[in-house]
Order: sequence, then C-alpha cells, then structure tokens
Amino acid sequence: MTATRPSEVPTERPPAAPSALRRLLPGAPGSGTVGGSTLLRHLIVAVLAGTAVVLLTNQLPPYQNLQVARVGAFLCVTAGYTVLVGLNGQLSLGHGALMATGAYTVALVQQALADRAVQGRWILPLSLLLAAGVTAAVGLAIGLAAARLRGPYLAGVTLAVATLVPAITTIFTDVFNGEQGLRFPAETPPASLGAYFQPERWLAWVALLAALVTMVLMANLVRSRFGRSLRAVRDDEVAARLAGIPVARTQVLAFVVSAACAGLGGGVYAVLTGTVAPGKFALELSLFLLMAIVIGGLGSLAGAVWGAVLLVALQDLPSLLTETFTLPSGLARRLEGNLALAVFGLTLVVVMLAAPGGLQGAARDLLARLGARRRHPSR
Amino acid sequence: MPPITRRALAAATTSLLLLIGASACANDEQQATENVPGVTDTEVLIGTHQPLTGPAAPGYSRISAATRAYFEHVNSKGGVNGRKIVYKVMDDGYNPANTDNVVRKLVLQDKVFALLGGLGTPTHTNVLEFVKTQKVPDLFVSSGSRNWNQPDTYPTTFGWQPDYTVEGKILATFVKQEFPGRKVCHFGQNDDFGRDSLVGVEKILGPVAAKQTYTTTNQQVGPAIGALKAAGCQVVVSATIPGFTALAMGQAAAQGFKAQWVVSNVGADYTTLAKQLGDKKVILEGLLADNYLPMAGDADNPWIQEFTRIHQRYNAANPIDGNAVYGYSMAYTFVQALLAAGKDLTREKLVRAVEKGGFTGPGLTPFRYADGVHAGYSGVRMTRVANGVQDYFGPTWTTDDADGEVKEFTEAPSTPPADAIPTT
Amino acid sequence: MDRFLFLTLDGVSTGAVYAAFALALVLIWRAARLVNFAQGAMAVATAYVGYAVVSATGSYWLGLGAAVLAGLALGALVERVLMRFVGHANPLGDVIVALGLVLLIQAVLGMVFGNEYRPTAVPFDTDALTVGGIAAMSPYDLWVLGAVVVVVALLALLFTRTSLGLRMRASAFAPEVSRLLGVQVSRMLTVGWALAAAVGALAGMLVVPTGLGLHPHAMDLVFVIAFTAAVVGGLDSPAGAVVGGLLVGLILSYVTGYLGPDTTPLAVLVLLLAVLLVRPGGLFSGPRARHV
Repeated sequence: MTATRPSEVPTERPPAAPSALRRLLPGAPGSGTVGGSTLLRHLIVAVLAGTAVVLLTNQLPPYQNLQVARVGAFLCVTAGYTVLVGLNGQLSLGHGALMATGAYTVALVQQALADRAVQGRWILPLSLLLAAGVTAAVGLAIGLAAARLRGPYLAGVTLAVATLVPAITTIFTDVFNGEQGLRFPAETPPASLGAYFQPERWLAWVALLAALVTMVLMANLVRSRFGRSLRAVRDDEVAARLAGIPVARTQVLAFVVSAACAGLGGGVYAVLTGTVAPGKFALELSLFLLMAIVIGGLGSLAGAVWGAVLLVALQDLPSLLTETFTLPSGLARRLEGNLALAVFGLTLVVVMLAAPGGLQGAARDLLARLGARRRHPSR
Repeated sequence: MPPITRRALAAATTSLLLLIGASACANDEQQATENVPGVTDTEVLIGTHQPLTGPAAPGYSRISAATRAYFEHVNSKGGVNGRKIVYKVMDDGYNPANTDNVVRKLVLQDKVFALLGGLGTPTHTNVLEFVKTQKVPDLFVSSGSRNWNQPDTYPTTFGWQPDYTVEGKILATFVKQEFPGRKVCHFGQNDDFGRDSLVGVEKILGPVAAKQTYTTTNQQVGPAIGALKAAGCQVVVSATIPGFTALAMGQAAAQGFKAQWVVSNVGADYTTLAKQLGDKKVILEGLLADNYLPMAGDADNPWIQEFTRIHQRYNAANPIDGNAVYGYSMAYTFVQALLAAGKDLTREKLVRAVEKGGFTGPGLTPFRYADGVHAGYSGVRMTRVANGVQDYFGPTWTTDDADGEVKEFTEAPSTPPADAIPTT
Repeated sequence: MDRFLFLTLDGVSTGAVYAAFALALVLIWRAARLVNFAQGAMAVATAYVGYAVVSATGSYWLGLGAAVLAGLALGALVERVLMRFVGHANPLGDVIVALGLVLLIQAVLGMVFGNEYRPTAVPFDTDALTVGGIAAMSPYDLWVLGAVVVVVALLALLFTRTSLGLRMRASAFAPEVSRLLGVQVSRMLTVGWALAAAVGALAGMLVVPTGLGLHPHAMDLVFVIAFTAAVVGGLDSPAGAVVGGLLVGLILSYVTGYLGPDTTPLAVLVLLLAVLLVRPGGLFSGPRARHV
C-alpha cells in the first residue's frame, strides 16, 4: 500500500493526492441541501429501499434470495469499513477477523441458549447486538494500538490480526471447536408468515434489515460533526489538532464504529448458514473486503453497496464461466477454477487503471457527462 | 434527498435490477417439487464440491477428474437404467465459505439429485445441516472423519473411505506385532484427522511416547521433528496430508533422525510423494502405510487394468495415481448404488439402497453400510515401499471406530465385471 | 539446552530467507513508497522460470541466474506497464492493482504448469552437519545464509558507493530536486522495481526448496511473514529488514518448538505490537521530524 497520508506521498507526480481523494468522496456535508432532519430523510429513503427489496425478494427463487441476503450481510461490513479506510484514512487489513468475532459471538450465544432450551424470536436480535458489541470492544483494542501507527505499519499489525482466526480457534478448541467450527440452530421464518414461506426469503429480510440499519446509521454519521472530524483527521492531522479535534480519540472511535459494523455483518453472515468455521475468515476474506470497497468506490456508501454486490457476484464467477464456455476437456481441466481467478485479477487491474474512483466514481462520471450533454444538446 | 443517500439508493436499485435480471426463472419452485429434482428419463444430475484451485488443489483435483472420466465411460455404454450421469464439479478452493455457497447453488438452483464425494472435513462439515434440511442424498464424502456416520442426526450423509480411527487402530496393531517394545510416537495434523488417528492408535497401544502436531498454515516442521528425535522415537505413526508427509520425512532425513515412518493412506501415495520429493525420493524406501484400494502401480491387478483403459480414453492428461484410483472406485460404488435404487429413482430410494449395502468393488474390505451405520470401508491392508514400488504385504484387517477388535479379513478381492460397469 | 541451540539454528536459517524477502519489500518501499503485495506471486513466477531452466539444463546455477534475470525483467515490466499508470487519485490504487496481479499470476501459473507441487533441485546437501552431537545447519542452510549476506553487502555497496545507487536514493527521497539536477527519476523507479524483483526472485529460489515445493501459492505465507519482518525492522531500512527477518525467524522457531505450531500467528502479533508500540516506525526507523 502507499502511505495513505498525503504528506508521505513523494512529490514526483505533483501533489494531486488530497484534492483527487476528495473528489472520490461524497460532497461536502451540509452544502446545498436545506431543511428537514437528516435522520428523517435517511429513514424515509431506507423505508423506500426496504420496501422495494421486500417486493423484489417475493419474486426471487431461493438461491437468488440467499444472494440478496449475502449482499446484505456484506453491506453491513463494507459500509463501516469504507468509513474507516476512505473517510478516516486508516488502512485495516483485518476486517475478516472482525467479521469472525461477530460470527463466533452469534454462534456461541445461540448455542448456549439452545443448550438451555431457551427459545424466542428475541434471540436473533439479541445475539446480533452482542456480536456488534463484542466486536466493537475488540475494535477498541485494535484501534488503541492503531492510533499510534500509520500507513504500512498499521497495515502490518492488522494483517497479523487477519491471520489470527485459525490460531485462536485451534488454541481454544474447547470453546471454538477448532477447524470444524460451530453449528447453531438455523434461523426459520416466523409461523405468522405461513408454513410454506421460503426460508431463504426470510434470511434475505433479516440481512436487509441489518444492512439498512447500518446504512442509515453510517449515512448520518458521515454527515455529522463526527464525520467531518474523520475527514479532517484524514486530510491533515496537524490542522485537525489545531482546529481542536481530538485526533487519537477520533481514530479510535472510527475503529470502534467500523468494528461494530463488521461484527454485525459477520453475525448476519453466520446466521445465513447457521455455521461458523475459521476457514471462512481466512486472510483471503480480508483482502477481498478491501478490494470490494476500493473497486466499489472508496469512502462512499454507494460504493459500499457496489462492493457488497461484487463480493457476492465474485463467488459465482467460476461456475458462470464454466457454464458459459464449453471447452475441449483437456483445456477445460487446465482452466477449471484458474480462469475465474485470472478474469477477476485482470478486472481488478483494469478497473483500477481505467477508473481509479471505482465503480461508483465511474458511474458518477458517466452520469455527469450525460447530464452535460443534455444541457448542451448542440454538442 | 442528500446526494449520498440518493447515490446509495441508485446503486442499490441498479444492483437489485441486475439480480432480477439474473433470475428469469423465478417461482418455479412449485413445479420442481412435483418431480424428483435432477432426474429426467434420460439424465440424472449430481454435484460435488472440490478444491480445484488453491493450496489444497495438488493431488485432490485429480479425484474429480477421474470420477468424471468414469461417468463418461458409463454414459458411453448407455448410462445407468437408461439415464446418463451428469456430474457437476464446483470449485470451492477448500474454503468453507465457498463450500456453503456452491452446495446451496447445486441444490437450490441446479437442483441436483444428489451430492457425491464432497471433499474435505472442514468444508463439508459446514453443509451437513443444510443437506439434512433439504433431504439431499449426500453420498461418499471424501474424508475419513467420523462425522459422516451419524445417521440419527444426518440421515442422508454417508462416508466412504475407512475413517481415521479405524486406520489408527489397524496401523497400531501392525506396529504392536512388528515392532514390539519400540518407542512409538505420533505426528498428526492439528484437527480431527490427527486427533481421530491418535485416538485409534492409543486404543491399541496405550499412551504414545511422544506426540507432535503441525498446522497446514505453518511449514516449519523442523521443531516438531526435532522434538520427536529428542524423545528417542523409533516408530512414528503419522497422520499427515501428502505435502506434510514429504516435508516431515525430508526434515527427519536432514536431521539424521532415523525412525520407521508408518503413514496414514491419506498422505502416503507413493506417486504423489515421489513427485514432490524429486531427487530425494530415496528416503521413501521402506515407508510403511496402509491402503484399501488396488495400488495404482500394480499393472497385474484386473481393476487397475480396467481403470487404466478408461483413464487413457477419458482422462489421459492426468497421471494414474492413488487419487485417480480413488475417484474411479468411488464412482463405481455410486453407480452400484444408483442401480440398486432402481429405475423409479427417488432420493429416498437411493438412501435406502446405500443403507442396504452389500456393494462389492475394487476395495479390499467390505463396507460397513447398514441400517443405522453410514460408515464406509471397514479396514485396510499394510503397504511397503521397496525399490520405488509401493505394494501390499501381510493380512487385510477390519475393525470399527469404537472398541471393536481388529480382525483379519480373509476373503479374496472381487474381480471387475465387463467394462468395469456394475450390473447389479 | 540442546533444544534451544537446535531451535536457534533452525530459526536463523529460516529467518535468513525471510530477511532476503523483506529486503525486496524494503527496496520497493524506498524507491516508490509502496508495499508490493504482488512480490510473493512475482517471486513464484520467476522461480518457475528458474526451475524450468534447471530441469532443462541440469545446472542449478544457470537456473538461479535465469530466475534473477527474469526477476529484473518482470520487475521492470510490472513498473513500466502497470504501476506507472496507477495514478495517485486513489490512495489504495496500487494495493488493489498488486492484489489483482497476484490473482492473475497465480491463475496463469496454474493454467500453464498445473496446480501441483513440483520438486525443486538444490545445489547443496540438505542433510544437517552434526556438530558436537547435535544436528546443526545443513550445507544448504549455509548457502542460503551466505547468499543473503552477499546480497546485503552488494546492495549496501550499490547504494553507498555507486553513482546509480546515489541517483536511486536521491530520486526516492527528493524527486523534484533530483529531476532538476538531471536525474531521470522515472528510470530510477524502474530500476528500483527491477532490483527489488530480482532480490525477490533470489529469495524465492532459496525458500521454495525448504517448503512444500514449487506451487502457485508457494510464497503466500512467506510474503505475510516477510511483510511482518519488514515492518518490525522499519520499511526504510535494509538493515532493519535483515534484523527483522532473523528476529521473526527465531521467534517462529522458538514458539513452534516450545509452544506448538498453532500459536505462531499470536506470537507474530505480539512481536509486532511490542516493537511498534515502542517504535511506531519499526526498530530501525530514523529520527522523524515532527510535522507542524
């Protein structure tokens, strides 16, 4: 990674970093829009989006609903992650491990309650809340260390955190059951929805509710005073300090918030399958999460949506490719699996070279260009 | 509406529209329930998850290639009960998150009739619950874990290979007879593979003199081997995957630690080990291991002759090794099960057919399948590497994963039917 | 005591390779201010070239030379064709391009050579020499140590005694001034990449025979450990990379030996925190001017 702080970027190519970075990010808060409570507006949008999605899930077969559910789970993570990396400039490579914290919390809580034959619809929200809480606590610990570290040094520590999950689960096998992981009762639709209600649709609803709550909270946070502090600290720590912003506290808080989102997302992710295992939260996941938010559009919540969709689409890429192209069997065996990885790798490179602002940046540019053309029909 | 939420909303809608587009075949679930999923008059669709890429791919990726080659062979002879077998292999890279996804895709979207030979303990353990609720036959999981033999909890899941405890008991029985009074130690993977193996060994020998483990994400086995050497081990029973068998034996040779290695068949395929060790393959001389299928290098074995013919026709790009023989043999058992399930194929009939058991095939020992038992092969026979050839010697043994006795098994191995396609 | 000595020697010989690989990371950091996440995959690709030449010619030394040359070429190519065009518009652009490159390289290697372990030839015996009753290092370990020492010495000479080294350092630390003084800064960047990839290639050739064998993922773990080592030592300091590599090698060996193989990731994290919380820029970080 580069030194993310502009002050460390070599000035060989003129110091375009800060201004360009700002271009990637949502417009200056408070500019343009007037009146009404921000929270209220976000809530209205959320309710509308939620309704649209519920209508959509009613039409979808089980597997597609699962995909929607997975997008929801990942969206919780990417929304909080992009705030930390994009808006606060702290590069964490350990968000996969934070997801694992949330997922294992949910598994342990639900297992413990099931063992005591406790039942009730409140178990799910309770375990998810605990997942967010426990992960926030872990995020606090990492954040306290992180506040002292910059750029690649922070990346190094968080990378070490990302490789920790298999170690912890094996050392404490009695609690986490080693490589095989834990199982807990599957989440089922409430009886009031009818006996033949598609379980995958219910999972999609659960995940979407979590995602919408996260998005509303993050959208408000981004536009709050705290959001402005995040950006100020990212752009220039010294200036932020002079302006009276507690730099270290802001950075630690950013980590806590981001971790809570990752914990919630990890918890939902666990609920979707009713299982957790260390192999699901390998270093690979942490790196894919990073790719998702950057390719989606760093620092923007819309980019986080793209990123979450991408993470899910990615898992289906291999089978999509093998089904689309029929190849002679000798060649097919060489390409099997590898082709999908190659396509994905190439896509990452091309997108980053062609659209450094990610998909959201590209979409915005495209819209702007179309808008300009409409205003000047003569051109 | 503030720009950020507007953009978020726009992005959300766009992606959802994409998802709608991807699901043209919505609401066909009602139709599917009327027929048996994955079965038509001319085809039966089955699926599996395999590590085709990533660190677990070496060796293992050849199993599904062989299984597929065998089905192509069977299809070319008219299939099973007039149905061609369509075998859908999904790459999960040995990552349980991907396994979750591909198995759900196979079952919910592709509507496979059954799963066959899903590979790996941590991967497949994750989908047991899902497979159970969907009532999908989950045959012949490619792993020696005892998890697959829990018919009360997972009524459609079946193991196939001898489990690690059975293996551990038999290896220990051999060691007890052949090396009495020697200091016996254990080297194992730090998961159920190593643990179950150690349980089996200690059931026969009592506590071992020293035990060390490795983890697949740490290739530094020097310290563990050093500790075994320091403990004065004379025999090392090893529950290791091929890469780590080679690594551990290489380290032992490098440290001048001369013990007798007795390795689980999972990590003892000579072709694989020799290829990995290259010039240093001489250290494999005298290696003791166990197996339950014909040896890939045994050109006189009628099963190997048949499999080689199929291999050359449909799978020539890969070497014929222990992985290939595994893939062919498992596919053979599956065709037997499919035949036994009858022409009116349903998922329940397939499960009942396997529970009825009575399959014979390339394996040296009988299967344990019965009402209430979903465990596969019941035993193994010892092998030894001499002059670069891995071959059987001594008696074949059978036992169970509990405290049952280790018994010699004397029935002669079966011979393959014409074209190596079962008829009953 | 024997055990301790054994683990120490084991740690030094594995640590030497981490040191070499960390050195490659430091070289790129000094030249371009970025951590090259594709370093591991690039080293594997060059190791495939090297071992192809070994098996074709039967000579390890030709293969080693081919791998290092391939490293030079690949490093220059990656810089000229890819990294040069990653703008600074996105602060993480180069990380993502490098990660994309990792996937691409590993997939292409898998397609061309198959996802199999390939055996690798070694120029010296790997059986340990017995000194005073304990198995000490093998001739191969000594060769690895020697090769790393020579590379470090050569790099030190290059940067302190040659005009090329001076120009490279100048363009990394003061690109504007260097350009005014007539240094072709962009060419120096290419040279930096080529040099780093060549050192990476050498490290790859040294480390692959000690692991499971040549495989598209053979350097994944090594990359993570070497990155840790470079961070512990301080990314600006070649000496730090060497010390960091040896330190991490030793700690991994002691922890694996005394506590078991599962605990190593935890030990690595503890080491990182212990070092970085005291010295946030790594062990060998220079005094840093306070930004005001």
